[in-house]
Amino acid sequence: MSTTLNASGAVDRRAFVSQLIAASPDALIVSGLGSPSYDVFAAGDRDQNFYLWGAMGGAVALGLGLALAQPDRPVLVITGDGEQLMGVGTLGTVGAKQPRNLTIVVLDNGHFGETGMQRSHTSLGTDLVAVAQGFGIKDAFAVREAGRAGEVAERVMARRGVAFAQVFIKPDEPPRALPPRDGVYVKNRFRAALGFSTF
Amino acid sequence: MTTTTTEAHAWQQAVFDALKAGGVRQIAYVPDAGHSYAIRQAQQDPDITDVVLTTEEEGVAVVSGAWLGGQRAALLMQSSGVGNCVNMFSLLRSCNFPFLTLVTMRGEYAEFNPWQGPMGKTTQQALELMGITVLRASNPEEVGEIVSAAADSAFLAGEQVAVLLSQTLIGRKKWERN
Repeated sequence: MSTTLNASGAVDRRAFVSQLIAASPDALIVSGLGSPSYDVFAAGDRDQNFYLWGAMGGAVALGLGLALAQPDRPVLVITGDGEQLMGVGTLGTVGAKQPRNLTIVVLDNGHFGETGMQRSHTSLGTDLVAVAQGFGIKDAFAVREAGRAGEVAERVMARRGVAFAQVFIKPDEPPRALPPRDGVYVKNRFRAALGFSTF
Repeated sequence: MTTTTTEAHAWQQAVFDALKAGGVRQIAYVPDAGHSYAIRQAQQDPDITDVVLTTEEEGVAVVSGAWLGGQRAALLMQSSGVGNCVNMFSLLRSCNFPFLTLVTMRGEYAEFNPWQGPMGKTTQQALELMGITVLRASNPEEVGEIVSAAADSAFLAGEQVAVLLSQTLIGRKKWERN
C-alpha cells in the first residue's frame, strides 16, 4: 500500500485552516462546498473569501479564473477530497497554465463527509499527490502534521509557482459554522474588496 | 448548402473581433473546428489568456472566477458540451454571474454522426431550463452583431447569454480524408 493513502489522517482541520489563513493575509480565498467552506468561515469571515455551497467540482476552476485575472494577488483554494475528485481534470487545466499565484489545499479525510462519511477514492487507491504531479503540478506534496500550515502559507504568499497540498485531516466533523449562502452578496462583497462595481 | 473557406473565415473572424471589442480578457474552451480561428487568435493576443479545458463545466467556473477578479471572459464549446455543464450552471444562477458562451452546433443540419443528435437537438432547451438566454446566428453576416449584442447583455446588464452558431454556418463536415 502506498504511504500516501489516507489510512488515518492526524491533522485538525479547523486548526490547520485557521493557521494557514492567518499566515496568508493577502490571499483571495475560494472554498469548496461542505466542510471546507465551514472551516474557512470558522477561521473568521473576510471580504476576500468566496464560499461555494454548490457547483461541486468547480472550486479549483473558479480559483484558476481568479488567479489569471489577479496575477499580483495570491489565490488560495481550500477544498475537500470529494470536491477535488469530481473536478479532477481541472488539475490538468491548471498544469497547462501554471499560474504562479495559485495554491490548492485539499483537506483529505478520505470520505464524503457531508453525506454520511462514505469512503472516497482517496481511501480506495487514489493518490492525489501523484495525480497532481501527473497533471504537471510539480510542487505537489502531502502534509501530515498541523505544524506545516506555515510552510504552505509561505508558498501562498510567495507566488512563485502553482502548488498543491494534500492535507491528511482527522475524519471528524467539527461543529458547523455556516458562511453566508447568498451567492450574489458574497460575489459583490468580494469584488468590492478588489475595487470593482457589481457589473 | 456549401460554405466556402472565405465565408467561414469571415464569420469566425467576426466572432473573435466581437469578443475583443467587448473587452474579453480570458477565453476558455473545449475546441471545435468552428472556434479554431478565435482560439488561435486568443493564443496569439497578449491581452487575452486562453484556457484549454478538459471538460466544459470547468469553463463555467473559470469565467466566473475571472469575473470575480475583475475580468470579462467567454466560454467556447460545441453543443455536446452544454450537457456537461448543466449542474455547474447553478453557479451562474446562485451568484448572478455575467456569462457569455458561444456554442457551435452539431446534430441539427446535414449531420453524418447520429451520436451528435440527442444533445444537439436539446442544446437550446438545456440552456433555457438553466435560466440562460439563447440567441442564435445562422447567417455569416449577422454573426458579429449577435455576438456583440450578447456580450453587451452579459457584461453591461449582468445577464447569462448563449449564442448558438448554427451548423449551417459551419457547413457539411468532410468525412473522407484526402
